[in-house]
Amino acid sequence: MSVLADSVRRSLYRFVADRGRDVGRGEAADAVGVQRTLAAFHLDKLVEAGLLEVGFRRLNDRSGPGSGRPAKVYRRAAGERTVSLPPRDYRTLALVLAEVVDLLDGNEQAEAVARRTGERLAAASEQTGIAELLAERGYEPYEEDGRIRLRNCPFQVPAQTHPLLVCSMNLAMCQGLLRGLGAGRTAVRLDPRPGECCVAFLPPEDGSSKNN
Amino acid sequence: MHLAQLNVAHLVAPIDSSTLADFVSALEPVYRIADSAPGFVWRMQASDDPTEVITHEYGDDLLVNLSVWESREALWNFVYRSPHLEVLRRRREWFHRTAEPYTLMWWVREGHRPSLAESMDRLRLIRADGPGPDAFTFKEFYEPDGTPAVPLPL
Repeated sequence: MSVLADSVRRSLYRFVADRGRDVGRGEAADAVGVQRTLAAFHLDKLVEAGLLEVGFRRLNDRSGPGSGRPAKVYRRAAGERTVSLPPRDYRTLALVLAEVVDLLDGNEQAEAVARRTGERLAAASEQTGIAELLAERGYEPYEEDGRIRLRNCPFQVPAQTHPLLVCSMNLAMCQGLLRGLGAGRTAVRLDPRPGECCVAFLPPEDGSSKNN
Repeated sequence: MHLAQLNVAHLVAPIDSSTLADFVSALEPVYRIADSAPGFVWRMQASDDPTEVITHEYGDDLLVNLSVWESREALWNFVYRSPHLEVLRRRREWFHRTAEPYTLMWWVREGHRPSLAESMDRLRLIRADGPGPDAFTFKEFYEPDGTPAVPLPL
């Protein structure tokens, strides 16, 4: 984690993570406002630390002789890092409880509790917009075709072992967030894709604004 | 090797009842997604009509899905990372809950099309002995060489 102490490096990490795709050295350097060689140095440090992954890709459409060799590109590493002092292990507890919900056939109750939790989280937050609240909750929202999609699943570990339970609870929690904000007209639904969170938000005017 | 998959579900009402209407109307779009999904190989079909379910000798209320995929990741992405997830989420509206395993996977050689009888034998196996290299689940997954695997990232 000390790798992120440097502010340039932190900005580079944030930039690459926010893109959600492969990023070249030049693009990252321009975005952060540093020299390309300096950006390359820091990006490679982030790879060494396991926070970014590296790949090689042609950044233009040319191919064959003369098109140059593939450029080094960076993306956020799939693994997760948690810092907790003193040590805490909520992950194991979450996995145990997920198993218990399954055994007790408690999915509906779990969703109801998740919905109430979402309402409480929204009420306790200073954020008033759903995108800002989702960002605060670590979902990494971004916009696509007028919808808010979420780049990050904050519940990834139990979502791998109990996807149905955790995605249903996540949907319910997002419904609760909306209700807690008083944004009940915004619709939220399951719209999963590989590598992303399972829900998407539709603006209230979605489907009715075409005549305006 | 390819990955074969069977799931069975006991309907709470006849397939042509109003209770099942949303489920039946989801069949066509969801099968269309499956058929064009990366890594999809084959699925057992009653006919070209997507709303026609497979008939068999295991009881009228038992709905079966039998398919073959190129990899664990391909099947996972269809089951949990596509609009199929919404159908799964609503399963209690349409299917009885069962304490027994209702879905399983096993490895088949490429080109093999598992029969329903063979698949139901695998289901009996996992119900009797729990997950193992010959019949397993995503949660307790086995590689083709019989070794237990780790969960996939989303």
